[in-house]
Amino acid sequence: MTRALLSLEDVSVELPTPRGTLRAVDNVDLSLMPGRTLGIVGESGCGKTMLSRAILQLLPKRAKLSGRVRFGGRDLAALPAESLRRLRGPELAVVFQDPMTSLNPVLTIGTQLIETLQAHLGMDGAAAARRSVDLLAAVGIPAPAQRLRQYPHQLSGGMRQRVAIAIALSCEPKLLVADEPTTALDVTVQAQILDLLAREQRRRQMAMILITHDLGVVAGRTDEVAVMYAGRIVERAPTAQLFARMRMPYTEALLAAIPKLDSPPHTALPAIAGRPPDPTRPLPGCSFSPRCRYADDHCRHAKPMLADPERSGGLYACWHPLTLPAAVGP
Amino acid sequence: MPDSTSLPSAPLLTVEQLVVEYPVSGRTLSAVADVSLTVGRGETLGLVGESGCGKSTLGRAVLQLRRPTAGKVVFDGADLTALDGEALRLMRRRLQLIFQDPIASLNPRRCIGDIVAEPLVISGITDRTERERRVRDVLSAVGLDPDVVWRRLPHEFSGGQCQRVCIARALILEPELVICDEPVSALDVSIRAQILNLLEEMKQRYGLTLLFIAHDLAVVKAVSDRIAVMYLGRLCEVGPTEAVFNRPAHPYTALLLEAIPVPDPTVMPATNIATGEPPSPLDPPSGCRFRTRCPRADRLCAEKVPILHATAGGQAVACHHPLTG
Repeated sequence: MTRALLSLEDVSVELPTPRGTLRAVDNVDLSLMPGRTLGIVGESGCGKTMLSRAILQLLPKRAKLSGRVRFGGRDLAALPAESLRRLRGPELAVVFQDPMTSLNPVLTIGTQLIETLQAHLGMDGAAAARRSVDLLAAVGIPAPAQRLRQYPHQLSGGMRQRVAIAIALSCEPKLLVADEPTTALDVTVQAQILDLLAREQRRRQMAMILITHDLGVVAGRTDEVAVMYAGRIVERAPTAQLFARMRMPYTEALLAAIPKLDSPPHTALPAIAGRPPDPTRPLPGCSFSPRCRYADDHCRHAKPMLADPERSGGLYACWHPLTLPAAVGP
Repeated sequence: MPDSTSLPSAPLLTVEQLVVEYPVSGRTLSAVADVSLTVGRGETLGLVGESGCGKSTLGRAVLQLRRPTAGKVVFDGADLTALDGEALRLMRRRLQLIFQDPIASLNPRRCIGDIVAEPLVISGITDRTERERRVRDVLSAVGLDPDVVWRRLPHEFSGGQCQRVCIARALILEPELVICDEPVSALDVSIRAQILNLLEEMKQRYGLTLLFIAHDLAVVKAVSDRIAVMYLGRLCEVGPTEAVFNRPAHPYTALLLEAIPVPDPTVMPATNIATGEPPSPLDPPSGCRFRTRCPRADRLCAEKVPILHATAGGQAVACHHPLTG
């Protein structure tokens, strides 16, 4: 059996705030095999970005991380800064949501790519420049040699995100974390960028974590999906299984709330009433219970653990899991 | 108050050959190029397109927040482009706007009660009790408890609740036309559904006509009777929602539909989506503006601007080689 490339054991992230401690990530366990894609889905504030920062060891200074983040057998939290720096690029890479803030506005595209290749792979200037042109061509940028001399503001949002992807892929990482990589882009450009990520991932046998708020984005493009709510993973299953047989009422409600292209106009949407709980005031029971239509007293008082009691390969954290296929839902 | 002399069948809003241009460092950016459309009383027209296609500019030009370079905006028989000063101000009470970012469109230092009452103050309603009664009514209508929210400040609320406040403020003067510019795109999925449902409910309750601007086709479909698709300042296709979605006539509409990620793993995501991105509106392609990305483009498309014409499917399309007759 292959060893997991990444495994998270009981990871929690706490942030001090004026209102008290905010538990952004709450006892998360995850593992990812080499070359596989995991989708992490959730709404704003569910902790998905903090979880990705914990994996990348890019948490804010005041954040407190507990648990273990193992990557290729090493515990990342225990690594000294220098070893961590060497890991980023050739092993671990990231693509953020907004390419305008992740690229340096006062350096040319070429400088940023060449610098990465020189620093991590020890290439000389000429070889790095040649490789940069190849990389830009591979991510679908027309006239790549000219682009090297341009600054980020001279490119469109889609082109900037392609550059950010080229930089992330430049050192052939084993794991790419893509945090809402297409949220800032138009829908036709989004489709192109998701295609590009999928193609490069297959070609390079790279593992990928795709973080998004959009169930539509993970549906056709991941092997496994983890759904997060209020800092916890509430459901995790192979993608096809998750969509065919949702067990957690939150996942079902999230899917039902998306307007569907095949419903007629003016169809009322099954909205989820209320909003997520205040993360500085954790609830004793299931965090979704105040908004869940199946919740009872037990749900409000005891926290369900993420488990797979039926050994179906799908994990969920719910006292009253759904038994019907999702399509028959509300 | 609706003008009693206007025919009930006449559209509430008619936009005729509207042109909006911006000067950009010595050049001209054509944001809206020769757009004509109508919105019937009680109807929701969905206006879709990607960023930079001119959909927001069109919305602002209807309200005369951006004065059009040419063309007419006829609202209930009156040409708004010919009005100014007091006449325009009085007319604007009948047209309201809801923006994308609900938190940024509320004054952070004023309490919710004052924010929602402000349009009444401006329109000269001096009776405090009358104002308070109307604010209470509209806050309750949008699902906020007036006693709880009145003295609170916008930062105490989530994005979804702030959008409810914005909707209340837009509705308090009982307008006839509300232009919603990406009203849900800043909101989370679960909150988005609440706000879309609320807009539908308010439309019934206040007898509104909506111009609903958004980039998300599924969102637009959920609320619209008719759809207008825009690309780089021009209309590509206009028609009844179901017709446009079931049988898109313009290749750009088809591309937009194909690009939407479907939350169903058995549907394979479209690959080889028409490459490229919209060209700069500072330098739009000649002829059909979509031709640089269109698989059907030929010489005719480069030479001649296609004009909107009716199709057998019941919509109007601006294309030399439409997908359906």
